[in-house]
Amino acid sequence: MAGHGPASDWGEDKASDYKEKLGIYLFIVYCIVYAGFVAINTLSPKLMGVVVFAGLNLACVYGFGLIILAIIMGVIYNAMCSAAEDRMNNTAGEGN
Amino acid sequence: MIYEASVFAVVLFVVFVILVLGISKYFASRTTSSKGYYAAGGTIHWGVNGIAFAGDYLSAASFLGICGMIAFQGYDGFLYSIGYLAGWVVALFVVAEPLKKSGKYTFTDALDNRFNSKAIQLMAALSTLIVSVCYLIPQMVGAGALVKPLLGMPHWVGVIIVGSIVIFIVATAGMASTTYVQFIKGSLLIIFSTVLTISLCVNGFKLKPDENYRELRSLEATAVAGKVSAASEGYTVAGQQGDLVKLSKDGINTWWQLKTEGGKAVLKEALSATIQANGSKLYNGEPQEKRKFFQVGAMTKIIVDGKEVEETGPVGPFEFLETIDKGEVLRFKKNIIHDGDNKVTVWNQNITPGKDLMRPGMKFKVDTDKGATFMSKLNFVSLMLALFFGTSALPHILIRYYTVPSPKDARKSTIVAIGSIGFFYILTLFMGLGAMTHGVLDLESSNMSAPLLAKFFGIALFSIISAIAFATVLGTVSGLIVAASGAVAHDLMSNFAGVKMTDEGQVRAGKISAICVGIIAIILGILFKGMNVSFLVGLAFAVAASANLPAIFMVLFWKKTSAMGVACSILVGMISALGIILCSPSMWVRYGLDPATAPIALDNPGIISIPLAFITLVVVSILLPGKRDENGHVVRH
Repeated sequence: MAGHGPASDWGEDKASDYKEKLGIYLFIVYCIVYAGFVAINTLSPKLMGVVVFAGLNLACVYGFGLIILAIIMGVIYNAMCSAAEDRMNNTAGEGN
Repeated sequence: MIYEASVFAVVLFVVFVILVLGISKYFASRTTSSKGYYAAGGTIHWGVNGIAFAGDYLSAASFLGICGMIAFQGYDGFLYSIGYLAGWVVALFVVAEPLKKSGKYTFTDALDNRFNSKAIQLMAALSTLIVSVCYLIPQMVGAGALVKPLLGMPHWVGVIIVGSIVIFIVATAGMASTTYVQFIKGSLLIIFSTVLTISLCVNGFKLKPDENYRELRSLEATAVAGKVSAASEGYTVAGQQGDLVKLSKDGINTWWQLKTEGGKAVLKEALSATIQANGSKLYNGEPQEKRKFFQVGAMTKIIVDGKEVEETGPVGPFEFLETIDKGEVLRFKKNIIHDGDNKVTVWNQNITPGKDLMRPGMKFKVDTDKGATFMSKLNFVSLMLALFFGTSALPHILIRYYTVPSPKDARKSTIVAIGSIGFFYILTLFMGLGAMTHGVLDLESSNMSAPLLAKFFGIALFSIISAIAFATVLGTVSGLIVAASGAVAHDLMSNFAGVKMTDEGQVRAGKISAICVGIIAIILGILFKGMNVSFLVGLAFAVAASANLPAIFMVLFWKKTSAMGVACSILVGMISALGIILCSPSMWVRYGLDPATAPIALDNPGIISIPLAFITLVVVSILLPGKRDENGHVVRH
C-alpha cells in the first residue's frame, strides 16, 4: 500500500528496549515533579508566594526549575542513549 | 489605540518575505519526490530541525499571547509557558524515537503502521485537520491584528498577505522551505527576546518609566453616602454607577472612580472606551484620532534594601523579579456598564501588591480564600493536563520528526528544541512583567504588549520585534498547512480513498491541497476577526491531547491495541473534547447566555476527555481484538 512504512530504513537497534525503558522512567520522574507543581498551585497557592531562594518565591523557583530540569534530563537521556547505542550496536556513526 | 506604522518595520518585513520566497524558490527545484515534499527528504540536520521545532512551536499565541497574559495577569500567564514546555518532555521520552521509526510522512502513518486500517486513516486524518484548523484560525486572525496597527492596513489585507506568502512557501517546496523559514524565525525570536530582556534589566524600574509616561490624576470631590455631588477643577457630575462617576468638562465626558483617602472623598482617573448608539467609538470621551487613550502600567512602590526608592538602576534577573515581588504595581480593572444607549468599558485603577502578581491566583481561581471552588480548581488541573499532553500530539510538531535522517537525530533535535523553547519561555516572564511595569500597556489589546515593550527601547527594536511577530505567524502557518495538506493528499486521498498516484502525482496533490487549505485559512482568518486567539489555541491543544495522545501512547506501548480501538479512541477523544468545550461556561458567555447555566461546569476538557479516550481504546481493543503477529502485537482488525 502506498504511503506506509518508515521514511528511511535503518538496521536493528539493539538499544531500543533499553532506551524505551529509560524514557519511561525519566518520563515518570518528570511527571511526579510536574504533578507536585500542579498540586501545590491547586491545593496551597499561598505556599507558592514563600521566598525560598535569592529573593525568589517558590512559584518562580519551581517554575524555572521545571523548565531547567527538562533540559538537564534531556541532555542526560541523550548521553545515556548514545552510550547504549555505541555499546550495544557496536557502531560508531548514526543510523542505528 | 492608534499606532503609527513604522517604515523600518515594513522594510524589515519585506526583506524577510523576500528571503523566505528566495529560500522557497531555491528548494522548489529540488523538491520532486513525495519524500522531499512531505519530509524534506529526511535530510535536515538535527540542530537545524531543533530550532525549526522552536519556530513551529513558538507561535503568535506563545510570543504575543503569553507575554500579554503575563503583562495583564502576572504569574498565571507564566503557567502556560511551564505547561507548554513540560509537554516536550513527553515528546522526548515517549514519542520522538518510536514515532520516527514507525512513521513515514504524517502522524497517521505512524499510528497505522502495523494495522493498515481505513478507520484509523480516516479518524487520524480528520483529527489532524481539526487540530490544524483550530490552530490555523488564531494565527491568521493574529496576522490581521498585527498588520492593522503596525502597517496601517485593514485586517483582511493582513490575512491575505500572510496567507498568500505562506501558500507560496508551502506549495513550492513543502517541508524543506518550511523548515528553513522556521529555523530563521525561531533563531531571530530567541535572539531578540534575549536582547529585549537584557534591555529591561539594564533599564531597571522607575516610578515614572519615561518622560512620556502619562500619570493619572486625582480630583477632590464632595460625596454624601457614596453619592458624588461635586468635583474640583471645573468638572461637573454627569452621572454615577456604583463607584464609577461620569464627569463632564468642555463637553467631554470622562469616567472616574470614587475612593476615600484620609477620610476625604477623591476621584481617581479611569480610562474608558464608549460605543455610542450610532456605532461610533469614543476613547476617554473623544474620537480615536484625538489620541486620548494613553498607554498605562507602572510600579507605584519600589523597595530596594528595605527602603522605598524612585528608581532601581540596572538590576540582575533575580533582582528584577524580587523588585516586583516586594513592590506594588498599577494595574487596571475592566468594567462594562451601560450609560443610556451607550456601552462603556471603564478601566479603573487597581494597585496590586507584587507578591500577589508573582504567585498563582490572578487569572486562575485556585485560592479558596479568594472564592476558588472545587470546579475552578479542577479546571486549572485540566488545563495543565492538556498542556502537558497536548504538545506531543500536535500534528504539525509530529511531522517534523520525519525530516531528520534517523531516530537518533529525532531525539537530538527534540533536546535542542527543549533547550531553545525552554530558554524562550523563561524570557516570557521577564518580557511580560516588563510590559506590565514600563507604561506600555494598551488596555484594549494584551497581544500588543511585547511589541509595545520593544517600542519603549526605541523604534529599531520595535521594528525588529514587529517583523519577527509577522515571521512568527508565517512560520507557524506554513507548518500547519504542510500538516493539513499531508492529511488531505497523503492520508485521505492516497491511503484512505486509494487514489492511485505516481510519486510526482502525490507531490502535485500535496501542493494543490496546500493551496486549498491556505485559501480556506484566509477565509476563516477574515471571518473570525476579533475572536480570542488564545481560546482557539487552547481548543487545539485539548483536542490534540484527547484525540491523538492516547492513540499514540497505546500504539507504542500496549501490544493488545487494536485498529478499532485506536479509531474509536480518536473519535471519542475528539467528540468529547469538542463537546465539553462547546457546552462550557466560556462558550455560554460567547453565546450570550448565563455561564452558570452551562450544562458542563468545565472550560478545559482534558481531565475528562483524555481518560475517556484511553478507556475507549482499552475497552474496544479488548472487545474487538485483531489478529496478532509473532510478537503478540495486534496487527489487523
